[in-house]
Amino acid sequence: MDIKQKSSSTDDSVGIVETKYYTYPDKIKLESGIEFGPITIAYETCGQLNEAGNNAILLLHALSGDAHVAGYNSPEDKKPGWWDSMIGPGKAFDTNKYFIVCSNVLGGCKGTTGPSSINPETGKPYALSFPVVTIEDMVNVQKILIDYLGIKSLLSVAGGSMGGMQAMEWVIHYPEFVKSAIVIASTSKLSAQGIAFNAVGRTAIISDSNWNDGNYYESEPPANGLSIARMIGHITYLSEESMHKKFGRKLQDKTSPDYNFNVDFQVESYLQHQGQSFVDRFDANSYLYITKAMDYFDLPSKYGSLALAFRQTRSKFLVVSFSSDWLFPPEQSKDVVKALMNTDKDVAYCAIESNCGHDAFLIEKDHQTRIINSFLKDISETNLSRV
Amino acid sequence: MKSHYAESRGLHLNYKIILNIIEEGAKVLDLGCGSGELLKMLKENKNVSGRGVEINEINVIKCIENGVSVFQGDIDEGLKEYQDKSYDYVILNQTLQCTHKPDYVIQEMLRVGKKIVISFPNFAYWKIRFHLFFKGTMPKSKVLPFEWYDTPNIHLLTINDFREFCSVRSISVEKEIFAIRASVKNNIFNKILANFFTEEVIFVVSKETND
Repeated sequence: MDIKQKSSSTDDSVGIVETKYYTYPDKIKLESGIEFGPITIAYETCGQLNEAGNNAILLLHALSGDAHVAGYNSPEDKKPGWWDSMIGPGKAFDTNKYFIVCSNVLGGCKGTTGPSSINPETGKPYALSFPVVTIEDMVNVQKILIDYLGIKSLLSVAGGSMGGMQAMEWVIHYPEFVKSAIVIASTSKLSAQGIAFNAVGRTAIISDSNWNDGNYYESEPPANGLSIARMIGHITYLSEESMHKKFGRKLQDKTSPDYNFNVDFQVESYLQHQGQSFVDRFDANSYLYITKAMDYFDLPSKYGSLALAFRQTRSKFLVVSFSSDWLFPPEQSKDVVKALMNTDKDVAYCAIESNCGHDAFLIEKDHQTRIINSFLKDISETNLSRV
Repeated sequence: MKSHYAESRGLHLNYKIILNIIEEGAKVLDLGCGSGELLKMLKENKNVSGRGVEINEINVIKCIENGVSVFQGDIDEGLKEYQDKSYDYVILNQTLQCTHKPDYVIQEMLRVGKKIVISFPNFAYWKIRFHLFFKGTMPKSKVLPFEWYDTPNIHLLTINDFREFCSVRSISVEKEIFAIRASVKNNIFNKILANFFTEEVIFVVSKETND
């Protein structure tokens, strides 16, 4: 469709992908009860939708992701999309077979309506007048896009971390529409520890004097606060072992410590870099809204129990966890699997050995490719008519 | 956990025997399910709703490809993900002797399954006795091909051992199926001297929950 092969890229890249926008003109009812609209949705697609409209897979991004899931937006781009290793011809999500869709979440800052978007009624950014949104709201907005694209049923919904939360809401809300769900490094409810880390991140932003109750769009943004929030977040995405392997106690560009409070260690320098580069690409208010949506995510309490939450689902599930993920530990994935098994749902559970921590879902390409390939092969054999 | 012997042999006999044991439409949990072949066979022939537990990633991936619901886990850690008496059958095919805590594994199987199917090589088989008696080294056979130092078969047992294990724990034995060289031998002669003449055995046992 909108893909041209990037000349310099390898054969398994989807090449140049254009971000597109669809604006839903009406209002939708949010989980909080508030009516909100219009909503613009930024999205990208790779591969071709078949005539039956049933070979589409919706990929769902995590906290800091966006619609740009694979390939390059322009030939000058240095970095490909956030899950590029998994999407393309012959890859886990094979663009020769499937129509891949990824959109920026509601409340985001990468093209979909969020706190930094202009409120058409005032001509100014929403800032904190943007309503608090939930994972369910994100999913309902994605459904609007999926309908607009002419997709008749989703072969799969897939995502890691907050993406996995969305995948679960998808199968609960649209049981007939979604054939399978791939839930990676995720949880049915954010743990107290997860909420705690989010709270520290938000406090860092709110405490930044530039934040100004969210009204900073015409002045300096709360860069320090957002940067600190990202640094904290980044620690939770790694593991003790991966940090040790990557940095150890190595010093940054020096052979002996300075005996002052400048950057001594490589790990400090790395975190500072992560924090600073995040400021250039992310909106502080979006960080507040999206982390809040994650905090509120609690399927067992929302539906009475996890088993009740999944009672109506018809999808096949693939649940994947990583041994060193301490933010969304394997036990939390097992809880999801347990609830699915006890309600007689079809579920496969893979516990991948990895020292990459929570970020493993973005890094562990080989394991995930084999697992997802096999899963989608079975799903497409059951759901797509053979040619 | 590595499979205790070459896959090509014997397993298919076990599959056929197990296929005969399991009723149409039963709910089955297969522990150490390998690539999911038995579950696939049970699904195709007996319309069972089946799940497997498997520790090896390559096997787990094969299960997924076969459309088998598989849980990657270590059966030695128990079956805490499964509710009491939630399966008609829990199967442990040729894996008992590889477990670290066989008594705990069996106890967990009895908790989760209404009936359990357990197969294992009989260490009192006459050839094994003769091997030990005449050669004086750890017995090896086609069924038990490993050296003493690298065998996954760390809890070898005999038919009599298992019968005693059941009797002490008030586990009722519902069926005993004896096999030699990959064929079923359930004549009277074999039944009387089963512990001597049987190479492999399949037990179907059950226990009422008494709480």
